[in-house]
Amino acid sequence: MSQTGALSAIIRMLKRDLTLAVRRMSDVLATLFFFVIVVSLFPLGVGPELETLRIIAPGVVWVAALLASLLALDRLFSDDYRDGSLEQMLLTPQPLTLLVLGKVTAHWMVSGAPLVLMAPLLGMQLGLSWDALQVLMATLLLGTPAMSLIGAVGAALTLGVRGRSVLMALLVLPLYVPVLIFGAGAVEASISGLGAEAHFSLLGAVLVLALVFAPLATAAALRISME
Amino acid sequence: MGLGSINWLKYSSPTTFYPLAGRMIPWLAGVTVILLLVGLYLSFFVAPSDYQQGEAYRIMFIHVPAAWMSMFIYLVMAVYAGLGQVMNTRLSSMMATALAPTGAMFTFLALWTGALWGKPMWGAYWVWDARLTSELILLFLYIGFMSLQAAIDDPRRASRAGALLALVGAINIPIIYFSVQWWNTLHQGASISFDQAPSMAATMLAAMLVMTLAFWTYTAAVVLARVRCEILERERHSDWVAKLLESES
Repeated sequence: MSQTGALSAIIRMLKRDLTLAVRRMSDVLATLFFFVIVVSLFPLGVGPELETLRIIAPGVVWVAALLASLLALDRLFSDDYRDGSLEQMLLTPQPLTLLVLGKVTAHWMVSGAPLVLMAPLLGMQLGLSWDALQVLMATLLLGTPAMSLIGAVGAALTLGVRGRSVLMALLVLPLYVPVLIFGAGAVEASISGLGAEAHFSLLGAVLVLALVFAPLATAAALRISME
Repeated sequence: MGLGSINWLKYSSPTTFYPLAGRMIPWLAGVTVILLLVGLYLSFFVAPSDYQQGEAYRIMFIHVPAAWMSMFIYLVMAVYAGLGQVMNTRLSSMMATALAPTGAMFTFLALWTGALWGKPMWGAYWVWDARLTSELILLFLYIGFMSLQAAIDDPRRASRAGALLALVGAINIPIIYFSVQWWNTLHQGASISFDQAPSMAATMLAAMLVMTLAFWTYTAAVVLARVRCEILERERHSDWVAKLLESES
């Protein structure tokens, strides 16, 4: 298959999924509001002192983003699985890995990118400085696509399985640990003046690794699930 | 007959492996009991008490081998899972399934004995030490593997899905381990460092090695017993299982 063919397969998949997402805006907004609500619960639980909140802010925003992206994973393949279009995708001549890449990209654009845009507002509420907010946004920009990619493996493995959402959390959350550590760590390092370059490099490395391996594993998982 | 002349691949078939495993289990179980008795005797009566830690350190004779086994079993599980995916052998994925509960048990045992040791030594049952945290995440990985297999009804799909998850987990384990170590050193200096291992008395080392061997043979015996059940369950519609059950009843 020619190179343009591969690229157009990804783009076509991207367009299709984005169109579907735009026509069902409520799903996108639900993830975003979940993110906002989880972050807002922390001051209520911990107390309103900005000093305390400022310390836990990077971790809180990151864990909330992690849970929100986990919640969004439910929809990644399930609609296509239910109406049978996933089966058609498996039968197309295009490599399944590329189609998966297109789907995950679309998924990130509707579920991950809004989190990145919303994060500074929430960080500000928790008393983060402007510099820290910039680092927070940058880490989420690197981290959320990695989470979408890693999560896709779990979403594909659990297709049509009973108790799916809980099982998916069980499978995917331990794999999110490095992303969480480097993401929240970068913000903390920049607040304490240590410099976040090392964290950024490692977060980037995780993203690149996920970009290479996760679509392959997801494609294999989809084949197992659709047998 | 030399070892080379045996066709080892013959035993990759459940039909031939089932009776072999049955013959091996009593031996392995017997060796386990002997090794455990010797190991426990060495750890409790022969090994000297530590001049810093007193008698409480003796839980290490269970803790350290359990922690080794917990990591080693995941590795073996991933190798079997990979073999099952590549060679498409039925037995490999059954072995992976059979290994998981024992691995999870050893992980839990390592965490539990670690907590019991930590209370007198560190003054806390739990500290967010890098090793403890990665051991905890390893437990989550085991639990994820087992619940995925339990949730899928079709055994063929269950074993293939589990195999893929075990492989993904195996790739992730080093990344998780190093990231946790990094996270720990960045947050605070580790309160206690394991890195400078105190020189051990020869009897202590011997006790630990014997206990490790005992855990090995225990694992082998239990896993073989479990894989026999797994074989019977999955092959229950085949002729050889029907004949076997006839001859046994």
